[in-house]
Amino acid sequence: MSAMAARLNSKPGLAALAVALAFLVALGLAYGLGSTYWMATLARMAALALSAVSLSFLVGQAGLVSFGHGAPVGIGAYALLVAGEYGMSDLLVVLPLAFLAAAAFSALTGAIALRTRGVYFIMITLAFAQMAYYVAASLSAFGGDDGMALAARSTLLGARVLRRDHGLALLAILLLGLALFLLGRLAASKFGLVLRAAKDNEQKVTALGLSPYGHRLAALALAGGAAGLSGALLANQAEFVAPAYMNWHVSGLAIVMVALGGAGHLVGGVIGAVVVTLLDEALGHYTQYWKLGLGLVVVGAALLRAGDLRRLLAGGARG
Amino acid sequence: MRSEPLLELDGIDAGYGGAQVLFGLSFAVRAGEVVTLMGRNGMGKTTALRTLFGLLPATAGRILINGRDMTGAPPHRIAAAGLGYVPEGRQIFPRLTVMENLVATARPGTGRGWTLERVLALFPRLGERAHNMGPQLSGGEQQMLAIGRALMTNPDLLVLDEATEGLAPVVRADIWRALAALRAEGLAILVVDKNLDALLRLADRHVVMEAGRLAWSGTTAELKADPTLATRFLEV
Repeated sequence: MSAMAARLNSKPGLAALAVALAFLVALGLAYGLGSTYWMATLARMAALALSAVSLSFLVGQAGLVSFGHGAPVGIGAYALLVAGEYGMSDLLVVLPLAFLAAAAFSALTGAIALRTRGVYFIMITLAFAQMAYYVAASLSAFGGDDGMALAARSTLLGARVLRRDHGLALLAILLLGLALFLLGRLAASKFGLVLRAAKDNEQKVTALGLSPYGHRLAALALAGGAAGLSGALLANQAEFVAPAYMNWHVSGLAIVMVALGGAGHLVGGVIGAVVVTLLDEALGHYTQYWKLGLGLVVVGAALLRAGDLRRLLAGGARG
Repeated sequence: MRSEPLLELDGIDAGYGGAQVLFGLSFAVRAGEVVTLMGRNGMGKTTALRTLFGLLPATAGRILINGRDMTGAPPHRIAAAGLGYVPEGRQIFPRLTVMENLVATARPGTGRGWTLERVLALFPRLGERAHNMGPQLSGGEQQMLAIGRALMTNPDLLVLDEATEGLAPVVRADIWRALAALRAEGLAILVVDKNLDALLRLADRHVVMEAGRLAWSGTTAELKADPTLATRFLEV
């Protein structure tokens, strides 16, 4: 990890504040220009960044490369949809519900997946996500393969605060900032140290009297919960929920975001999410093959050493 | 001195696949004692430590730590029962700073009260390099860090595997001095090393292995009294 990443890691409040401010300035501009398109895009970007940040915590801190991060995102979205069908659409209910449902899924599947390592862990998380995908696709009461539209966006104590996209974007930015701060604090705590020590040398952690299993399971559940919140935001933005949220493409794209931004720091997830979303918006207008462009960017970033755009953005700061 | 040993290996058999390496190995370490495990290369010292830490299953015999039967327990429970491991090759956590290496696996113990302050007092070098990353340390500093990291788990028994291997003589002397200081505080130590002179100065008792068996065991005075022992079991 670069010295800069280490420095940033020690100031989670600063990183969270900087990211939130950057998003707020962009949102203010979009609002001033009256661009509903950009407000919606910013809401989606912040929601995707939340999911990428939680995956970055798993990859960068715990060394757990989950190829199934789309599953908790989708479960968060479905939690919102199902709750809505039962007449519950208040944020104070649906957000905790999305978090808990996704965290429970991640903990249950993680308890098994953590018995494997390396590429087997990658494959088993992918397999669990595919199972979740097919279960969702078979839920005929909730639209099956085609998915289903939300009855309405979530409310806050009855107020329709998310009715317009800038309200949704504000909520997404708030949750993203909170996640950056809390996960950053956690990474700097003893809990985070054990995760990183075990990432380096699991056997040695064990020989010193600690089993990293519980720490890793907790990390998976927490990151899954955060991904569930991201799913609830995305579902509100699209006002639509479908199994496609859990498609393996989505899981793969989340890994691309983390790799692009650099896994050494949680902010890398934000940078990756912003770059991928912008590329999607910019190239997606011209061709449905926009991922070809994304692929070239990923290859380019890898060739430019360490797949770390943050390094480039920071003026090639050494460390 | 306590009546029951801190560590007792009782008739341990172990091996890799079909190849048996340890044959009925028995020895014990009592509170406050420094015991060495000696023998030429390939005589089973490393296998004995791997079996002790549960990394290799014992096919016969028992391992007692603080009187509790830990045979077959998972490695982290065995370590947590009172052993502090300083592995061969040091193996510090490369992506953590010196300070983080010390606190990551720290366990506030019952007995000895090892704290960050006390570890830094024992190894002042570590304090000077507190915010360096692991790989930026010299070999000697890494060894101090590995010992400090084990002390931070507040073990009843410190287990060192080849702690001075590959270090410059002056750095070795530092490590031996630190171990002597730990001994003076009453910490029990089990040490695997090849440096006979230093071991004779430090240890109370010696366990010599040959071909996976206990070949000889006795006190430092007994070992010094019979020079043929060293020639028979230790010299290459």
